[in-house]
Amino acid sequence: MSLITCKDLVLGYEGHPIVTGLNFTLENGDYLCIVGENGSGKSTLMKTLLGLKEPMSGELTFGDGLRKNEVGYLPQQSGVQKDFPASVFEVVLSGCLNKRGLHPFYGAMDKERARRNMERLGITHLANRCYRELSGGQQQRVLLARALCATTKLLLLDEPVSGLDPKVTIDMYELIRALNRDEGITVIMISHDISAALTYSTHILHISHEPRFFGRTESYLKTEYGRIFSGAAGSTAAKCASEGADNSDSDSNSDSNSDSNNDSNNDSNNDSNNRDNAQLHTAISESEADTAEENSENHKKEGDN
Amino acid sequence: MLQLIAMYFSQPFVWFAMIVLVLVSLCAALLGTSLVLKRFSMIGDGLSHVAFGATSIAAATSLAPMAVTTPVTVVAAVLLLRLNNNSKIKGDSAIAMISSGALALGYLVLNLFPGGSSNISGDACTTLFGSASILGLTKTDVATCIILAFAVIFFFIFFYNKIFAITFDESFASATGTKAEIYNSLLAMTTGVVIVIAMKMVGALLISALIIFPALSSMRVFKSFRSVIISSVCISLFCSVVGGISSMLAGTPVGPTVVAFNIAVFIIFWAIDCFKGARKSSAPEKA
Repeated sequence: MSLITCKDLVLGYEGHPIVTGLNFTLENGDYLCIVGENGSGKSTLMKTLLGLKEPMSGELTFGDGLRKNEVGYLPQQSGVQKDFPASVFEVVLSGCLNKRGLHPFYGAMDKERARRNMERLGITHLANRCYRELSGGQQQRVLLARALCATTKLLLLDEPVSGLDPKVTIDMYELIRALNRDEGITVIMISHDISAALTYSTHILHISHEPRFFGRTESYLKTEYGRIFSGAAGSTAAKCASEGADNSDSDSNSDSNSDSNNDSNNDSNNDSNNRDNAQLHTAISESEADTAEENSENHKKEGDN
Repeated sequence: MLQLIAMYFSQPFVWFAMIVLVLVSLCAALLGTSLVLKRFSMIGDGLSHVAFGATSIAAATSLAPMAVTTPVTVVAAVLLLRLNNNSKIKGDSAIAMISSGALALGYLVLNLFPGGSSNISGDACTTLFGSASILGLTKTDVATCIILAFAVIFFFIFFYNKIFAITFDESFASATGTKAEIYNSLLAMTTGVVIVIAMKMVGALLISALIIFPALSSMRVFKSFRSVIISSVCISLFCSVVGGISSMLAGTPVGPTVVAFNIAVFIIFWAIDCFKGARKSSAPEKA
């Protein structure tokens, strides 16, 4: 039986559907990347998969005896309070909680597990630091270490590399790949980083209010979207490319000009959010440049249209 | 002065009073950190008003106050929690509505059905600001307080790790299989219990101060969850002991005296934080 089966799933908020007609199945050991524009319902889908939100209609079934305490989750950064007094070790260790059942305290094994995962992510030296005083990239790694403590079968990641520098980004992807390949953990990842999504995933789900594609990564490359995405990914740097690709995607689907304007607005909002969250040094000037570039790209395209 | 203190403490009822005061402060401090961080401070405040309303009804109907107040407050705790989580009704205005409503109805009931009391405003004042003296407790009060306080302490220690998890990141906790809803309700209900046992001593209006001040002071200086909790407990114990003794010596009401010490500690911790911050920023620092 499949690990996850979605049948005619409709997701939305307060009676307004955002995504309709979701159908896909995921087997144990798959590596699924969910791609699509901002606001297309990727995070809503993730919340539904996590059981934090009820679907509006349709069926979502978990097979293989998947229990909630075998799931790990890396939220988007905004999910965690900024003024919280907590040491890194406390945060990572809290990932082990779901293994404890009713037992009230952590054992030596849990602490060992937390230490091992901190070592994997290179944050051992931060163990006693206060979580809120870390940089965005460090916080992201702490939360991933927590997710690794929680998971044994399924790992869900919501934009895991936002705010990370290129080297850490690659390390992060390699680590996720290793978890998937060597430990057989099923991975579901939302990503704007399309080139990485194409490199690492086994399956792609492309949604944009309705599912545009679900299938193996190889066949995605042969579709119209896939070609546009991967073509754009080749031309510029990874992060910039993914967002540029989002825009060019909506253009290619002959959406109206106002739509693509909205998109670029969303993107720049998103950028500024990332910047706030990350409080990142170098990324700031870069992402500003990115946004400017995107906008000029957009204008060109509009001119062409 | 020491002789005077020694004389006070040779009386068993002074010991009882101090034990209750210390236990109540301890419970309030334990829950405080979580309540502040979960943005539940207002729920605590709302609950204490509800508890005042319930006490008035108990007085009017000549029922045992604890027997009425405890269940009403615990139920109200769960209700307020639901309201707070409901995105359609604005949580803060709903809480404000319930708390001021309970206050109004409580005083109204007290006036309509005096229930044999000749000094209504005196009674109301006692319920709102605590007993004028620390020594007005009956033996049953003391026993109930001790039992409930130990229940709260046990709850906190037993669920410490779960409380941390749902406080730090509720959606992660529930996504990975911790029943956050249940622990949230338990936390709110326990808060209700603390408010009931603290009301007699420090008064309904001042309980929030016992809950939030130690946590807020500790958060100025300490950076890990465990150290904040330990520090809150120490601050709270210190303030309750010193405040309790001072109130006996100076003949002031207990609640306001203890709260005044809590305010002083907060100012000190805040100053320490500012001082540390100033030193840090003057030192050369890598962004």
